[in-house]
Amino acid sequence: MLKFTKQGIYCPQADVYIDPWEPVERAIITHGHSDHARWGMQYYLCHRHTAPILRLRLGPDITIQTLDYEEVIAINGLRISLHPAGHIIGSAQVRLEYRGEVWVVSGDYKWTDDGVSTPYEPVPCHHFVTESTFGLPIYRFPDPAAVFSDINTWWSQNATTGMNTVLLGYALGKSQTILHHLDTSVGPIFLHGAVANVNAALATIGYDFPGAYLAADMDRHTLKGAAIVAPPSAFGSPWLKKLAPYRIALCSGWMQLRGTRRRKGVDRGFVLSDHSDWQQLNRAVIATGAEHVYVTHGYEGQFAQWLRERYGLRASEVHLQGAAIEEDEP
Amino acid sequence: MKLFTQLFVTIDQTTKTNDKVAAIVDYLRHSDDRSSLYAIALLIGNRPKRPVKTADLKLWAADMSEIPYWLFEESYHIVGDLAEAIALMLPPHAPTRDYQLPEVITQLATLPDLADERKKDLITSYWRDLDKDQRFVFTKLITGNFRVGVSRQLVIKALAVYLGIDEAAVAHRLMGKWSPAKETMASLFAEPGQGTRDFQPYPFYLAYQLDSTPESLGDIGDWYIEKKLDGIRGQVVVRNGQLFVWSRGEDLLTDKFPEFGSLDDLLPDGTVVDGEIIPWQDGRPLPFQVMQTRIGRKTLSPKVLREAPLVMVCFDLLEWEGKDIRNMHMLYRRNLLETLLSSPSLQGVLLLSDLMPFNNWGEVAVFRQHARDFHCEGVMVKRKDSIYGSGRRRGNWWKWKTDPLTVDGVLIYAQSGHGRRANLYTDYTFAIWDGDTLVPFAKAYSGLTDKEITELDGWIKRHTLERFGPVRSVEPYHVFEIAFEGIQASSRHKSGVALRFPRILRWRRDKKAGEANTKTDLLQLIAASQ
Repeated sequence: MLKFTKQGIYCPQADVYIDPWEPVERAIITHGHSDHARWGMQYYLCHRHTAPILRLRLGPDITIQTLDYEEVIAINGLRISLHPAGHIIGSAQVRLEYRGEVWVVSGDYKWTDDGVSTPYEPVPCHHFVTESTFGLPIYRFPDPAAVFSDINTWWSQNATTGMNTVLLGYALGKSQTILHHLDTSVGPIFLHGAVANVNAALATIGYDFPGAYLAADMDRHTLKGAAIVAPPSAFGSPWLKKLAPYRIALCSGWMQLRGTRRRKGVDRGFVLSDHSDWQQLNRAVIATGAEHVYVTHGYEGQFAQWLRERYGLRASEVHLQGAAIEEDEP
Repeated sequence: MKLFTQLFVTIDQTTKTNDKVAAIVDYLRHSDDRSSLYAIALLIGNRPKRPVKTADLKLWAADMSEIPYWLFEESYHIVGDLAEAIALMLPPHAPTRDYQLPEVITQLATLPDLADERKKDLITSYWRDLDKDQRFVFTKLITGNFRVGVSRQLVIKALAVYLGIDEAAVAHRLMGKWSPAKETMASLFAEPGQGTRDFQPYPFYLAYQLDSTPESLGDIGDWYIEKKLDGIRGQVVVRNGQLFVWSRGEDLLTDKFPEFGSLDDLLPDGTVVDGEIIPWQDGRPLPFQVMQTRIGRKTLSPKVLREAPLVMVCFDLLEWEGKDIRNMHMLYRRNLLETLLSSPSLQGVLLLSDLMPFNNWGEVAVFRQHARDFHCEGVMVKRKDSIYGSGRRRGNWWKWKTDPLTVDGVLIYAQSGHGRRANLYTDYTFAIWDGDTLVPFAKAYSGLTDKEITELDGWIKRHTLERFGPVRSVEPYHVFEIAFEGIQASSRHKSGVALRFPRILRWRRDKKAGEANTKTDLLQLIAASQ
């Protein structure tokens, strides 16, 4: 039912692509990150909550059709529906059904509740296309509740010593999760422009996150003991210098590895991911009941081989060309 | 183990030197003396011998994590650090008991004599009892390479604060191989002179690379100028009729240098000489590669000794008649050294480093440019009234090395690095043209900025031709200027040459792959250097 082509995952029956990276006529977009939602499609189909993000990032004039989770549309006899992926706000798995055969494309997903996005639900299917960003047994993420507690403790420690606290996370997704869990009694919260823009777009559909935009003309000497949420690309920028004195942390699943953490040169690394870790990936694949698994985005070869050996599944690796660049990864 | 692990985590979480020093001081205040000694030894790199084979550790860890061996290997490669990989993959567990650091290390030392099954039982029972961070630190103790983001200098600083004594005194007391099992804090840090540690060398004084014009150093008459030789920096220590030869890496090399064997008779007691140990024949140094044929050999055959005869070219005297004279001016130390080395019986073993008679800095610059023709790698410039300091300091001792040789090579293979650079393609293989084919001639790991590394990493991932395990071959496209210190013909390398200290000088974005150097160019370099 699906083909892995140069342009992206293609469904000939409905003549539609999923997260294509070259301009095509019709595209289903799993979520708003830039390595999945690209410019130049004539028609976009996505979850209701992804639409304002696409308009923010791809321009207000694009043509979008939106769906709710579980809402079904039919194209040429093929039934298409979106299901929660728990990755970021509006993120969706794509379910396609034709003559009793069901395929699910996971997009990016995590099977843990971040308090912000609609939690992941496994969707039974025959063919499952899964990501594998953290598809190795070294990625076993800590309980997010413990991580948020660490972040707040660190913030208050910094605040006590008169330091600001800069938290780096993707502007879309990670930033909102962090903001949702920050303890507002510790101090004021400010936002980098990229984060403020995403929050403003999400506000149009009813989301409300704490934090004020850190305007360029604001007297930053008055900042004291504040938390500032910014995208990773802000690291090393002149913008950051004005926030001194500060301590800075990167919030990412990659912080699981000491080497990566040290390479980034930040004061702290918090292991906080919007992707599934090894356990979640295993659990998810089994929960779909799929016989055929296609592994993309990450450790394709390793995870596919593991699925074949461990569970006897027909798992194969799929190298999607556009999958190399993670959103905002410097 | 808990306290030490905590120290490790704190050090690991910060990039700030002051925080690291504070963490070590804090640890010393809370730990007992015995554990502190073991911790100090570990932090400055006196680690226990590897008690089990790496391959066994991997098998046991994969077994306990219930994953196949190949997956363990793949994951380990991504992490780049075996202890960390093991700690990440073992099933999570809350710590069930606390171990004392000295006991753990003592027990690890007994491992080599045990049967394999027993070794496995012991290690895996530790793993079972410890939490993730402790498992990491514990496994680090086994795999060695205990680099934890603190330099020796930092440990010295913290100890000086904790003990309330001078950093230089701490540095001196930590020199050489000492065993935490045989010392107490009191014995280790007692006033010099009170101890009976005859073997102990002095901390080496290291020169900074000259980074401005030599004219900025002022009157050339205030300076000693010597050839910078390419050997092994060492100290010859003779005390109480015993001889010790130390390398700068603080390895005791006495047995490796039988040439120096009679020095305990020839030098008076209470003498410490600093110099460069180097292969020497017919009044001049032999290439460093000759030395490499000797290093690492367990037994030195007469043939090896004949083909790579060593001397020490001496440039400083640190102890004389049992007295530490490092605080005397170099002029004074040098005069004593000259008198000492004038003894005919020392000729052929200890040579005096010649002072170069230059009239002005311009002459020095010309010599430096042609240093290779004079079998050296540049000049050392030392202030005549300088004392012998410790560690690398600016101001009194400078090295001014000749420019490296360079060749333009094409990037053809990349491999991900370890530690800080794990999961990032940072180890590169470069090739030169041999007719129409590219032959690898150098591997280099350093020389690019973090930004360039990241950019190149992205390019490598997008332009991979083939994967061989951890190695990727890439389109021959990017050209880099490779710098190196020496070049020799080699039958073991496809390119026919072996380079010394290759590193990346810069990314030649202005050049296409076709414009890289050729094998002929390199062979000409060899011809020119002989």
